[in-house]
Amino acid sequence: MSSGTDLVVATAVLGAGTFAFRFAGPVLRSRVALPARAERLLTVAVVVLLAALVATSALTDAHSFAGPARPAGVAVGALCAWRKAPFLVVVLAAAATTAALRLLGMP
Amino acid sequence: MYGLTPDVALVCAADAVVGASFGAIAVGLGLPPWLPMLMSVVVFAGAAQFLFVGLVAAGGSPIAAVAAGLLVNARHVPFGFAVGDVFGTGWLRRIVGSHLMVDETVAFTLAQHEPARRRTAYWLCGTGLFLSWNAGVVLGTYGGQAVGDTDALGLDAAFPAVLLALLLPSLGTPRTRRAALAGALIALAVTPFLPAGLPVLLALAGVAVAGAERDGQSVAAGSPQ
Repeated sequence: MSSGTDLVVATAVLGAGTFAFRFAGPVLRSRVALPARAERLLTVAVVVLLAALVATSALTDAHSFAGPARPAGVAVGALCAWRKAPFLVVVLAAAATTAALRLLGMP
Repeated sequence: MYGLTPDVALVCAADAVVGASFGAIAVGLGLPPWLPMLMSVVVFAGAAQFLFVGLVAAGGSPIAAVAAGLLVNARHVPFGFAVGDVFGTGWLRRIVGSHLMVDETVAFTLAQHEPARRRTAYWLCGTGLFLSWNAGVVLGTYGGQAVGDTDALGLDAAFPAVLLALLLPSLGTPRTRRAALAGALIALAVTPFLPAGLPVLLALAGVAVAGAERDGQSVAAGSPQ
């Protein structure tokens, strides 16, 4: 395995790079005024990114299907959210469903 | 108007448990205890941290692990453009605010509309998650055995459910819904073949669905929205 120094340097580089990604938007947008249309497209872009994160984190693990228990829980959570249940109910219903299915032996 | 604080607190509690599992897993893989704690302060991005630790513990080179982590974190560039207005002016606020940018913070901000509430949501969720995530990691690093398997608690279903619940109000217009659906399908289709992080970035092609339809639709409907 890598040495301690290697790991400190790697952590610092990953931290610096991640910060640069996070910092780019706020700094650049303070210098240029974005037209309203671009603002709307940016909002759509974030919705699309989050939707893709929901889909991949609900259905996949590494590069393959996550097994049915997790998407089943997310689906129950989605149903609760769609029926305008409180946020707490949505999150707990999703986790509880998945936990219960796993207890019953579903992967 | 629902109260923001209980919702943020719930997500913080869930992330603290995931953070504890991160600390426990990293130490369990044979990595030094300072590594998960240092990463959680310096990088503060769960998915990239899990990936990095997994690759390094499996004997992969740190350079490859950094590259994989950066690819996963590249989505923060468009995030920053979209929520960068909430930090206000001043370099300190911009620097601290940028470091607190994670998926949940962005989703909570997106779910608010008034500028003041967007700001409150961002800073409340950002600071809350930073503190709870790091506290969880410390607890997991030193009390790892007590954490157990977070999959048995169904916490892996909580993350997508949190994002989805916060995302739902933004899916109001058919145009946005189609773009989100297209993006999700693109990401799912390429996940088996591409390194982590890239599928979510490619999902941005779904924005083209919204962009292309905008002009035609506003001409047809005659109402800007």
